[in-house]
Amino acid sequence: MQILVCLKQVPDKDSRYKIDSAGTGIDEEDLVFETNESDQYALEEGLRLREKFGGEVVLLSLGGERVLKSIKNGLAMGADRALHLTGSEFQGSDASVVASAIRRAMATEAFDLVLTGVQSDDLGFGQTGTILAELLGWVHATIVVEIDIQPETRTVRVKRELESNLFEQVEIPLPAVLAIQSGINQPRYATLKGIMQAKKKEIKTLTPAILGMQPGDLGSTGSRVDHRRLFFPEKRKQTVMIEGEPEEAAKRLVEKLRKEARVL
Amino acid sequence: MSQETITRIQGGSFLIKEVSLEDVFTPEDFTEEHRMIAETAEQFVANEVVPRIEELEAKKEGLNEELLRKAAEIGLLGAGVPQAYGGEGLDQISSTILAEKTGRYGSFATTFGAHTGIGTLPIVYFGREQQKSKYLPKLASGEWIAAYALTEAESGSDALNARTKAALSPDGQHYLLNGTKMFITNAAFAHVFITFAKVDGEKFTAFVVERDFPGVSVGPEEHKMGIRGSSTRTLILENARVPAENVLGEVGNGHKIAFNVLNFGRFKLGASVVAGVRYVTNEAIRYAQGRRQFGKPIIEFGAIQHKLAEMAIQILCAESMVYRTVGLIDAAMCSIDKTSPQAAVETLKALEDYVVECSVIKVANSEILDFVVDEALQIYGGYGYSEDYPVERCYRDARINRIFEGTNEINRLLITGQLLKRAMKGQLGLIAASQRLLAESLSFPAPAEDNGSLLSVERRLVASAKKMFLLASGVAVQKYRDKMAEQQEVLSLLSDLVIGVYAMESLLLRVLKGVGRDGPARWGLQAKAAEVFIHSQLTALEDKTRQILAATSEGDELRTHLAALRRFAKAMPVDVIRRRQEIAQKLNEAGKYCLS
Ligand SMILES: Cc1cc2nc3c(=O)[nH]c(=O)nc-3n(C[C@H](O)[C@H](O)[C@H](O)COP(=O)(O)OP(=O)(O)OC[C@H]3O[C@@H](n4cnc5c(N)ncnc54)[C@H](O)[C@@H]3O)c2cc1C
Repeated sequence: MQILVCLKQVPDKDSRYKIDSAGTGIDEEDLVFETNESDQYALEEGLRLREKFGGEVVLLSLGGERVLKSIKNGLAMGADRALHLTGSEFQGSDASVVASAIRRAMATEAFDLVLTGVQSDDLGFGQTGTILAELLGWVHATIVVEIDIQPETRTVRVKRELESNLFEQVEIPLPAVLAIQSGINQPRYATLKGIMQAKKKEIKTLTPAILGMQPGDLGSTGSRVDHRRLFFPEKRKQTVMIEGEPEEAAKRLVEKLRKEARVL
Repeated sequence: MSQETITRIQGGSFLIKEVSLEDVFTPEDFTEEHRMIAETAEQFVANEVVPRIEELEAKKEGLNEELLRKAAEIGLLGAGVPQAYGGEGLDQISSTILAEKTGRYGSFATTFGAHTGIGTLPIVYFGREQQKSKYLPKLASGEWIAAYALTEAESGSDALNARTKAALSPDGQHYLLNGTKMFITNAAFAHVFITFAKVDGEKFTAFVVERDFPGVSVGPEEHKMGIRGSSTRTLILENARVPAENVLGEVGNGHKIAFNVLNFGRFKLGASVVAGVRYVTNEAIRYAQGRRQFGKPIIEFGAIQHKLAEMAIQILCAESMVYRTVGLIDAAMCSIDKTSPQAAVETLKALEDYVVECSVIKVANSEILDFVVDEALQIYGGYGYSEDYPVERCYRDARINRIFEGTNEINRLLITGQLLKRAMKGQLGLIAASQRLLAESLSFPAPAEDNGSLLSVERRLVASAKKMFLLASGVAVQKYRDKMAEQQEVLSLLSDLVIGVYAMESLLLRVLKGVGRDGPARWGLQAKAAEVFIHSQLTALEDKTRQILAATSEGDELRTHLAALRRFAKAMPVDVIRRRQEIAQKLNEAGKYCLS
């Protein structure tokens, strides 16, 4: 089984964000980056599938020099090799550009399964995997919490998490793209042996030119999403006094929490 | 993964020589592998150990072994064990990183250090082939746990004065050991004890003793002030039958093993407290941000900012010393052919060369830890005194570090003792340097000019601190000559000068190296830390030098020395208060220690 695991590097969860001078992105100066949380669960899932069915786990990450850290961590955890999609032209690309770059990177490979995290912790867009599946013409499933591969029928039974504690069980044909939910397994540690072996593993660098992508396909010009403004939620303090009998007041409070604050 | 371009620098030579920046190893020089090892160890402690602190403190049976075995699964126990014996055979830098990153919780740091360090390394370095292949794979895999049993009730600091005896059986097959070892870490569950006994009542010898040998038992748990999650018991040897092949090294050579291993242990202790210092400082910053008094978070008060800034500065300093030293050790080890049968002996020789640095780090960092936990507790106020907050435990856990692996008094004596011994043997040009300085100080040279470049004043001040040591030690040696060893107060003050020099210089070199690589903007805050640290240290060292000079010279001679001292120490004071405020403000913004 050939498995591609897509890793995105995102700012560390404890980061304090500053908005950049253009007002459309994050100032990366003092940030520390790490592998997106749900991607780590995707990687662990991939490694477990390889242990069961053999084959290879190949990592893919798009980004500058710094994403090599995530790639190397993944190799140290046990992935076999990696594809590093890199080039300054990628800067400012949206999910559709990233997905089409990934599709091109997959052209010379024969994957049975692509695993991504459910969404990235920075933008929370959650579209890369889905768009990739469309581009590939593969079936996909999101918010996956369980994977059960059926090698005889070349299908995969997938358990998906829905709202309000509901789950859905679907069976889809391979090859497929699955977006993995956080917390479904316990990602392994990079062992000291794994760390020492990682430096011997192949990391293939793929630039837009190698992928056959034109500058016009990339970055903000190639993107369909236009980032206009990035801002912190504006703090508003409004106190509403709810008068009346406790029972009535409680009812109205619940309604307000539901409809206005939307926290229930 | 070693840094092969770094040249080998003689131990102790930092007192008389300038060091070039390329030869200084810093955490910024970590390879990708080093960084990943650090991350794995940190994650392991955060995910596996920290959630179980309460159970460990309550001495839950089997838990320490379970955690060590889990650590073994990811290779954390085998870094120092050669691959041929089931270990990872990694460089010294990696082992040091592991010691540091496992140090966040004092009890586990102690358990881990006793096993991987003083428990396992004697066999790595002194074991015969058959001993290595018997014990090392089991120790690297965590199947067996090791302990190091040197101390006895009557012989603590005076370790060679042990009462435990070993007598060879008439058939020459085994030794019978009799005696009791005191305060043995890991004793509750260790399978292997590296212990020491006098053969025929005089030849101090090391033995590998298995728990299951007849006549071996352990006493009840000590009730300790801190590190309660670690096991400390007596090891009781009553006619313990130890096969003759379990002598470690040569009969009569036990002192070599005991001291070399402790040397290693001291260095690792110094490394492991760094994580604790960092953790406590982070907790204190967060608490100070959350705790409001007089209508604002206490982190906005100058008195609290002063404390936090000092804590952060000391972390940076402690870390810089540790990695500079392991860089020296690693560079020395690079020249050793690891496949040669002499490799272990060569390694030890290389290590012995850095005994001074290792003791400096043990003393300095254990005292930094105590300073930091004390200030952290103070920041918590009454809540710090309550068991409900972790700082209370950290305060208790910290205290042992000034006692074990050689008390700080003993280590201070060792620092100056070693330096003087080498000087007398002509191995280290201290005496010549002292004489040059004494002659120079009589001729009243013009004070050196500062060229105004970044940290140029501080560079001069570090050089001045070296001169203080040379002056004070030169005068003291002239006065006491071969009676020097009896002058403990002077020796201890001199070692404070040595520690001060090493601390100041390690911090300075790290910042200068960083500035050289990344430019001054990225190192602005650290440069301020260096200024604060160096200026305040220098005043303290000047005072100590004055004490030594007043005890060792008088009249005109004393006046001349004091005049020289004033010249060395002369510097326009920098505004340390403002610098500390700037550092504290960054800590507040980051919400955690952020100087490295
Ligand atoms: C929790 C814990 C764990 C330990 N783990 C181990 C272990 O795993 N293995 C092991 O072998 N030991 C272990 N020890 C023992 C430890 O190493 C000793 O306690 C330490 O070496 C000091 O010895 P002592 O307690 O006998 O103090 P002493 O030697 O009696 O010292 C008492 C005081 O006198 C000072 N002093 C002693 N001699 C001199 C001198 N010549 N000049 C000036 N001052 C002097 C000391 O600095 C100290 O302040 C442990 C101890 C504790 C508390």
